[in-house]
Amino acid sequence: MISRTIAFVSAAVTILLVAPAAAQDLNLPRQKIELVAPPFVHPHEQATEQGPKILEFTLVAEEKEMTIDDAGTKLQAMTFNGSIPGPLMVVHEGDYVELTLVNPAISTMPHNIDFHSATGALGGGQLTMVNPGEQVVLRWKATRTGVFVYHCAPGGPMIPLHVVSGMSGAVMVLPRDGLKDGAGNPLRYDRVYYIGENDFYIPRDAKGNFKSYPSLAESYPDMDEVMRKLTPTHVVFNGKVGALTGKNALTANVGETVLIVHSQANRDSRPHLIGGHGDYVWETGKFSNPPETNLETWFIRGGSAGAALYTFLQPGIYAYLTHNLIEAVELGATAHFKVEGAWNNDLMMQVKPPEATTASGELPAH
Amino acid sequence: MTLRLEATRVALIGLLVLGAMPARQGLPADRSLLPDVVVLGPDTFVYRMPGDFSRAGKPADAPLRTVRIEHTLAIMRRQVSAAEYQRCVDAGACAPIAGLARQADRPVVGVSWRDAAAYAAWLSRATGAPWRLPTDEEWSFAAGSRFKDGVPPQGASGSDPGRRALALYDAAATARDDTVAEPQPIGTFGANEHGLVDLAGNVWEWTDSCFVRAMIEGNDEIRPTVVNCGIRIAAGRHRAYMPDFLGDGRSGGCSAGMQPSNLGFRLVRDDDSPRRERGFWAGIW
Repeated sequence: MISRTIAFVSAAVTILLVAPAAAQDLNLPRQKIELVAPPFVHPHEQATEQGPKILEFTLVAEEKEMTIDDAGTKLQAMTFNGSIPGPLMVVHEGDYVELTLVNPAISTMPHNIDFHSATGALGGGQLTMVNPGEQVVLRWKATRTGVFVYHCAPGGPMIPLHVVSGMSGAVMVLPRDGLKDGAGNPLRYDRVYYIGENDFYIPRDAKGNFKSYPSLAESYPDMDEVMRKLTPTHVVFNGKVGALTGKNALTANVGETVLIVHSQANRDSRPHLIGGHGDYVWETGKFSNPPETNLETWFIRGGSAGAALYTFLQPGIYAYLTHNLIEAVELGATAHFKVEGAWNNDLMMQVKPPEATTASGELPAH
Repeated sequence: MTLRLEATRVALIGLLVLGAMPARQGLPADRSLLPDVVVLGPDTFVYRMPGDFSRAGKPADAPLRTVRIEHTLAIMRRQVSAAEYQRCVDAGACAPIAGLARQADRPVVGVSWRDAAAYAAWLSRATGAPWRLPTDEEWSFAAGSRFKDGVPPQGASGSDPGRRALALYDAAATARDDTVAEPQPIGTFGANEHGLVDLAGNVWEWTDSCFVRAMIEGNDEIRPTVVNCGIRIAAGRHRAYMPDFLGDGRSGGCSAGMQPSNLGFRLVRDDDSPRRERGFWAGIW
């Protein structure tokens, strides 16, 4: 208890020492951003006429048990801000991200953060390692546009453990004048959803049932063994099988343009929108490259984020999934879109409802 | 009613596969196997017909019918348990199901329609009483207030494919709650007004009813166009049309559909109605 108190005090002192220095060396306006849990994204401008700012974010490393499927399977999870994935942070090129990373005293492990969008010091990982009861402030300049993964990377085998236990999220650095198609025409979205994909590796007991553990430390040896086989027991969107289906399905209206940001910090994925397309897709996620158009399926490399823009043309239910269908259906990586609006018979119609086959369509008797 | 030749043939094939045979005479009855039943009816109730309906070539809501259950219905108070099913497996009359030992006090799940029919045939032989799966009509009657209509609210349905898909999706999503999918001890989901427990809990129940596709004519007469007894109705929080050989509820529906969490069953005893009762579709399947 005494050591925790000291850690808190020293963290507070660190802030007092660092904050004035930060204010002095950059004469820029500051803005505090309240992050929201995925699939939602905090309010932001798509194109901005404002000059660069220092945008202040806070992430709290939260260790907790989370349920990852309908059967009640438990994961000793590690998270940023309590959600899997961590929240999407949106800034513009030239802005400064000033992140306060808090590791609460009740944590059992040290945590840090590696921003793929940042330059130097292992993406900030070297400068942000905080023990339970500590916090740290890191500032990095957003020099490259695109969507990028961030994740915890505390060193050695703790790196994959923290990532497959939930500690990843994404940053979106928008061009100051917004998104563009390959010809330089502006692209806008009416809604943005952030889908973080995770592969989980839950140990099983002798009977084949998933095991649960009282703590992270106790789950680690078994989980490490499952991880090394590289065969996930769950592949899910937003932390749980069914997190984005049923009552939690994503919504849109016909005519609306939706930007889907998809990150996978550890493993490859193949997003596909059943019944729709990717109108403009930054498959590798970087907005300085022209988007590909009219894609059926795109590829998210493990350790990266991608972005797809689509204008819904038809109402109904769409499945957004990884088109490794075993992973989508058996392991969980499926989301649903509920789209309202008027049906377009020109794009599709059922000419005749199902009926019994005609004689000419029958197989010969055998 | 007009019936196409093909439909009749499918129906005949279906009849051949029906597993519940009449009780054999002469076997010693094992009364310890007799399940507790609730006797209901005769009565009249309003019934949403199962199946897929169209009107003038467009999808249509299934009609509501006032149905008379003519006979008394002796239906199991609870679902068949894993322990009970195990006895049928031990007798060599039922296919083994994974995980039976672990859930002895819980409803058997992971059973196909064929498994359920085999159990009914075995129980009939073992007890000397005629047991079978209920029809969807009988199940809906017994379910009473637990029956979920599944048809979207007025105005949300109609023939627009988009709105229809959304309405059906929402109805199915609403019918499910946040309870875990893992089967729970018998009685967990409580009793309905008839004293039947766990209806529309997290275990869907096989019925004997076949999938029917039908057209609603201009005069509101219903004309079946396809009858498929390879697809049976699993009743529960929403109706599911499942291939009869599948025991995994998640295999039902399409990519964006809502599927049963588990497949199990309860049986009815044919006291007053030795003839298979098929209600509206009598003579069709």
